[in-house]
Amino acid sequence: MEKIQTRMGDGIRCEMTGAELREDLEKGTTDAADRAKIPVLTKDELQYLYEIHKCTDRVVGVEKGKEVCLTYDSCTTKIKRAHVSLSKIQSLQIFERALGADTLELAHIDYSYKPVKPIVVFEKPIMEQALLITIPALLYGAMPNLGLYSQPVGPCPNPLDLFAQGKIAEGRASFEEAIDYAVKDMVYVGSEMYETGADGINFDTTAAAGDAEFLAALQAVEILKKKYPEMGIEMGMASEFIMGLHGEVEYDGVRLAGLYPHDQIKLAQKAGATIFGPAINVVPSKSLPFNLARALTYTKACSEASDIPVHANLGMGVGGVPMAISPPVDALARASKAHVEICRLDGL
Amino acid sequence: MGVGDPYGMHAAHAIVSGMGGLRTAGDLVARLQLNRAMRIEDAKKYVAGRLGVSVEDIADPVAMREVREDMDLGALNECPGVAKGIDAKFRIAKLLNLEINCVNKFKQKIS
Repeated sequence: MEKIQTRMGDGIRCEMTGAELREDLEKGTTDAADRAKIPVLTKDELQYLYEIHKCTDRVVGVEKGKEVCLTYDSCTTKIKRAHVSLSKIQSLQIFERALGADTLELAHIDYSYKPVKPIVVFEKPIMEQALLITIPALLYGAMPNLGLYSQPVGPCPNPLDLFAQGKIAEGRASFEEAIDYAVKDMVYVGSEMYETGADGINFDTTAAAGDAEFLAALQAVEILKKKYPEMGIEMGMASEFIMGLHGEVEYDGVRLAGLYPHDQIKLAQKAGATIFGPAINVVPSKSLPFNLARALTYTKACSEASDIPVHANLGMGVGGVPMAISPPVDALARASKAHVEICRLDGL
Repeated sequence: MGVGDPYGMHAAHAIVSGMGGLRTAGDLVARLQLNRAMRIEDAKKYVAGRLGVSVEDIADPVAMREVREDMDLGALNECPGVAKGIDAKFRIAKLLNLEINCVNKFKQKIS
């Protein structure tokens, strides 16, 4: 029987029969649909996915005319992490002039708003100079990263330690205190960068610390948008599901714990985000057909619910891209094409 | 996008799905997404209309090379006299009827 070459979620190569591949596609879409109470992919979409997996070409691509725009989580970090000795501005130029970037993003290597706050004065001149010599929109990006506001590295008692001691009210109060600190830092850095001339701000890996972090980011977006109505704001998420670590926080009357991307987008849009990035985590022990069908189901529902551009996160370990630091191009190309074409995305 | 080495992540997405940035009109379409929250189809039509070309042309590097040179919107290759940065953005702001933050800051500086 003919075998189809694909990969597992961790990137390891594997072979499946056609029947096994179809079964994993069905399981992946059903898994997402059951969890988020959204429609499964259609038969035609599953057939399309079967065919792009069956295709033996190493690289596939979107149809002509369906090209989308690309945004990044820290262009400058990616060059540094590749051990290329370039300045931040030179790194941005590499993206602009060698990697076909539609937008650029300046960032600090310690990619969270809290550590950026004390060094923002050193980031601003780089932003100023970069704006003079680059052409695409230039964002400043970092993560809300609410975990940095808990002891021992932050000022607030660690809520998870308090929960473990049965101190539920104290833990929630600590989260709420951390939200206030985080909002101030995000608004401060965002304002400083916008006053310097940045085209926009990126809130990356939002809600990694759960519902309290999502609330902090939404509040920061709302404040910045009121302050600077022309500011571009991208909000990229950390995972498909908002963990209810606090459990009770709400935004605009909506409880944040347990929200899936098609509901997350509505709040991001309401707060003032202009681009939203759903992130669907890969299950490393499941096949890529399973993971891709699962990611597409969530992201399609999100795109359909959105009035603003949707740039899905398709980095390592999200959006059907294997959990491997050097992503295999065969797998990435299939995830990229399928997301753009099935979810009618605006970007990646 | 996300984490990964520049070849396997950023170059690969750009080739598979990307508009192409300065090679085409990807940067112009992206500005309308970021600053006007326009979805891709509307943004592409708007840019094509302002450039006076077809929607197909704006993702084509050969067609757009000529358009970008003619309108002095910045080009990839080394070329004397062609707009290199903020000067291109002055023209992009006018072309797209879009407020570009750094262009406005620059005007304040020199006024």
